Amino acid sequence: MTALPERTERRLGLVIDLDTCVGCHACVVACKGWNDQGYGAPLSDQDPQGAAPQGTFLNRVHSYEVLPESGPAQHVHFPKSCLHCDDAPCVTVCPTGASYKRVEDGIVLVEEEACIGCGLCAWACPYGARELDLAAGVMKKCTLCVDRIYNEALPEKDRVPACVRTCPAEARHFGDLADPESDVSQLVAARGGIDLMPEQGTKPVNKYLPPRPRDGWGEDTDVLAPFLEPVAEEPQGFLGWLDRTLGKL
Amino acid sequence: MHPAPSIILFTTLSGLGFGLLIWLGVDPTPPTGWVAFAFYAIAYALALSGLAASSFHLGRRDRALKAFRQWRTSWLSREAWLAALALGVSGLHALGLLFGIALLPLGWLSAALSLATVAATAMIYAQLRTVPRWYHWSTPILFIALSLSGGALLSGRVEIASGLLLLTGALQFWVWYDGDRRFARSGTTLASATGLGEQGVPRALFPPHTGSNYLLDEMVYVVARRHALKLRSIALVMMVLLPVLLLQLPMPHLFGLLALACHLAGVLTARWLFFAEAEHVVGLYYGKR
Ligand code: SF4
Ligand code: SF4
Repeated sequence: MTALPERTERRLGLVIDLDTCVGCHACVVACKGWNDQGYGAPLSDQDPQGAAPQGTFLNRVHSYEVLPESGPAQHVHFPKSCLHCDDAPCVTVCPTGASYKRVEDGIVLVEEEACIGCGLCAWACPYGARELDLAAGVMKKCTLCVDRIYNEALPEKDRVPACVRTCPAEARHFGDLADPESDVSQLVAARGGIDLMPEQGTKPVNKYLPPRPRDGWGEDTDVLAPFLEPVAEEPQGFLGWLDRTLGKL
Repeated sequence: MHPAPSIILFTTLSGLGFGLLIWLGVDPTPPTGWVAFAFYAIAYALALSGLAASSFHLGRRDRALKAFRQWRTSWLSREAWLAALALGVSGLHALGLLFGIALLPLGWLSAALSLATVAATAMIYAQLRTVPRWYHWSTPILFIALSLSGGALLSGRVEIASGLLLLTGALQFWVWYDGDRRFARSGTTLASATGLGEQGVPRALFPPHTGSNYLLDEMVYVVARRHALKLRSIALVMMVLLPVLLLQLPMPHLFGLLALACHLAGVLTARWLFFAEAEHVVGLYYGKR
């Protein structure tokens, strides 16, 4: 049923720290790797060794430059995957009921056997979080690694999304954003976590932590500069004579 | 958005077909016998070929019937139901007319359902907040106006068709003018998309992948927008002005047919622009629109 639940018991999601993400794309690779062998149709590639390779990914890392009013520009890496929105427009547009939001944990999923690949949900998502798999003809999206987080066959530390588990900078955090006491909620409160495109009215669960302002050296931007002062203001000796003579010419 | 031929054909042909069904349904003295057969055959051919074209846009055509399941929430599903109902009721009405029996209330019902089908088709696009150019009340009105004008033209209602065409032309002109401003009005920018507006002015530095992907192919169509003005003029001339002029000439059968051909070419051009010019907000993430 593609009506959205009134409310969900939990709101599982990610908190992504734009301050610490180093843009290594490890999460992109981990996501592709895990979802090639787990939930639903594998993420296919088209023309992978050819001239115009492309493929299906559920998580991608953009890069932006931010120019403040004064001071140097800042470089921000920006991972983006499904934000598991509370008011997910991708769910209500679906004609088949393949797209749905789970009542128990708020995860937005696609039941691939019911998907006709009309693509309307991808049109309805403002974040570009859904990609139609060109080989399987069905819609793919982040599952929040629903096949890891509840998987008792895995060691406990692995029961988080593959992207979170792999991130070397620990820029990705996973938890229940409905619980104000959870680590992720605390982090969002402490760092002023924000919603992407709030004006689109999707009420995303995932939050982004804005980059901290860069610290600097104040006026003195170069710490080594004082040690590089010229020792002699006026050239002495032979060089001094040369300088003076040439100056007279 | 990518102007896929399957959806351009779908919206254009089914719009014309259901437009004809509307006029046939409200006709107080409907044609009977073979004339009725001819009219209904044309309407069905248009509507059905439009619907068939739409299925080419599906990744899994084998499961197309599942689209009927979620009529409570989904406009696409409602469109499927309304189309099936409109064709069914019109079919019954047509069957009566073949034998000379005109059940007028049945005709009215078929007209109402056909009108609702066109509106539902438009709502598939008008509901998308992600495409500010479409997310507007004028989208269903324009679709309905085009369908009514085309239907009047097809059913040989010269005066009504001329009037409706001129109205539709004016509406289309305003929709282009206003549509060009809707993205800015929506308030969605790279700053709101990334949340980096607090820090300064963000700029897309480099994309997440070197090749293309489904999102860029489907939703970020920037080619040929620079010819937009020329294409808009062509669309308006073909869709409205030429047909109206041709309709005023004698020999209505010959020139009527010509007017219809012009109109069809014009609507196809306008529909191409409807998709090609529509900018999805996801393009912002890629520094494109
Ligand atoms: S991010 Fe997109 S795909 Fe995910 S729930 Fe929100 S609208 Fe749907
Ligand atoms: S592509 Fe699949 S999941 Fe998306 S709206 Fe269509 S049927 Fe539903």
